[in-house]
Amino acid sequence: MADPGKDVLLDIYSKMSLLKQNDERLRQVIRSGRLVMPYYSPRGQEAIPSAISALLKPTDFICTIYRGTHDSLAKGCPVDLLWAELAGRATGTCKGKGGPMHITHPDSGVMVTTGIVGSSMPIANGLAWGSKLKGNDAVTVAYFGDGAANIGAFHESLNLASLWKLPVIFVCSNNGYGEHTKTGVAMASDTIAEKAATYAMPGFRIDGNDPLAIYATAKTAVERARAGEGPTLIEAMTFRFEGHVFGDADAYMDPGEKDARRKDDPWPRYRAYLLDGRATEAELDAIDEKHKQAIDAAMQFALDSPFPDVAEVRRDVYEYEVVE
Amino acid sequence: MTDKVTMAQAINMALHDAMEKDKTVLVLGEDVGDAEGGGVVGISGGLSQKFGTDRVKSTPITEQAIMGAAIGAAMIGFKPVAEIMLMNFTTVASDMIVNHAAKLRFMSGGQTSVPIVVRTMTGAGMANGGQHSDYLEAWFAHTAGLKVVLPSNPADAYGLMLSAIDDPDPVIFIECLPALFTPAEGPERGVKVPIGKANVVREGRDVSVIAYGRLIGSLAALSDKLKEDGIEVEVIDLRTVAPLDLDTIYASVAKTGAAIVVHEAVKKFGPGAEISSAIHEKLFDKLRAPVKRFGAAYAAVPFSQPLESASLPQLDDIEASIRALAKEKA
Repeated sequence: MADPGKDVLLDIYSKMSLLKQNDERLRQVIRSGRLVMPYYSPRGQEAIPSAISALLKPTDFICTIYRGTHDSLAKGCPVDLLWAELAGRATGTCKGKGGPMHITHPDSGVMVTTGIVGSSMPIANGLAWGSKLKGNDAVTVAYFGDGAANIGAFHESLNLASLWKLPVIFVCSNNGYGEHTKTGVAMASDTIAEKAATYAMPGFRIDGNDPLAIYATAKTAVERARAGEGPTLIEAMTFRFEGHVFGDADAYMDPGEKDARRKDDPWPRYRAYLLDGRATEAELDAIDEKHKQAIDAAMQFALDSPFPDVAEVRRDVYEYEVVE
Repeated sequence: MTDKVTMAQAINMALHDAMEKDKTVLVLGEDVGDAEGGGVVGISGGLSQKFGTDRVKSTPITEQAIMGAAIGAAMIGFKPVAEIMLMNFTTVASDMIVNHAAKLRFMSGGQTSVPIVVRTMTGAGMANGGQHSDYLEAWFAHTAGLKVVLPSNPADAYGLMLSAIDDPDPVIFIECLPALFTPAEGPERGVKVPIGKANVVREGRDVSVIAYGRLIGSLAALSDKLKEDGIEVEVIDLRTVAPLDLDTIYASVAKTGAAIVVHEAVKKFGPGAEISSAIHEKLFDKLRAPVKRFGAAYAAVPFSQPLESASLPQLDDIEASIRALAKEKA
């Protein structure tokens, strides 16, 4: 795999560090009872949006899903506004009205977070269609999971994106489970990547725990999209270490499966890769410390922020405030 | 006086005028391009020839993908008019409409919005059976964030379509299929009809009849007929089911003291239930009789013509009801 250079390597590391630490802190705070929310931990999947976002500009778009705080942060959603949203505060990205499954931050290109399996893709097509009509080179990334590859919206979206040559990249984080069901039990084909052929677009199955593999594949896809050559499907093989929803007993997993997957954890693996002559421990520790402090501050900001005024129930239903 | 046009022609004119005036207006849906006939009944005829196939896109038969494309483009500055050919097919697109178009503004705290129009046709009376004829406006009116428009005549259809296209929120624009091809007075070009404002099409002091869509024509005729018998029926064309113009309804019922609500949607849990309830809550002491509701039978729309006709609200029943309410007043 071609080395993308130290700046890119450290950019990816920095994003992964933020995502991993943010997830760990969120679980800690949820466990303590200070945050009350359904949480779909992305622990183990950090490499995917970190490597992809290293290729994206703020003017590029993403649509992601309920397991998507990592996608939003990697794209540049400010960590303090994210925390305030998760805490349901007026200072949150969405004034506390969306929550963890609906994080939105257009300034950083986070356009939609959906709680519906498969629904990031049709809207990503629309953003890509609009960008194409405007004649700019913006790319839209649709993030989704392996479960979504079985739903109709996936197939409708791939077909339309290919027909209309849309600048969109479909990124499937295949973590081996749709809710509690193993991918092999739910899907007739062996891979998701092979479905790309049906829709006449390139499809790649890659190691989703290897930032360099992700970066290299996404680079091809981004260049293809920016050049007006159409969509790409990427199936990034990964694992979620904290189950479907946080607090999940993982009873549906094989005994020892999680431990066996630890060896593929992208975090220690990438750190070791960088420490093998590409960066110093001090450099990486400084990045970690910077994010730790940002997360400390974000948590404090969130918990100190006021809850929204109850009048917010009537606002943003329509452009004008609803009067009952 | 303008030339007579059909509702189909009027909507086509509105699309032409909107696309001409504003480059961000887009049209997409099954068969909408001229190569595919300009829409299944020609409502988007001439658009792709005039404005090009980038702005007027025929799509595969994939309702989720159509709505998603419209939603995403709308979020970044376009005004897409997405055709979901028949209203029953909105069920296939309902995740995109109900979970996304309707809610993204709210769930994003106002950071994003979805200014789309969903054009869709429906209506019993053409022997299309149970999956091509339903009026589902109550479902959409029940979903916070959507506006629901249902024009009764060509001029209104034109003006409401212009308003719907420029509206900052998603609008479900329901066209009564059996009424699309009847000529009537045409629109004044460029003049909008506001969303959320009802139209009093006949004034009267005895009974208020609240309705929308193609029923308005026959109810207005009924009002004219009853006037000869000394009964004054005020006919209110809602034009918009959501948001509901309660002010116009209340003003009328406060005057007449009697109300009848009629729609072609199924009566049970239909818009008439909401309207009737609102009237009772607000004007209970002004009513001389309970609000009467008429709607379609609680059944799938039947194919066989005598059954199909029987499933719809009957004008004779409405007339008898008006006469009874007028008599109570006398």
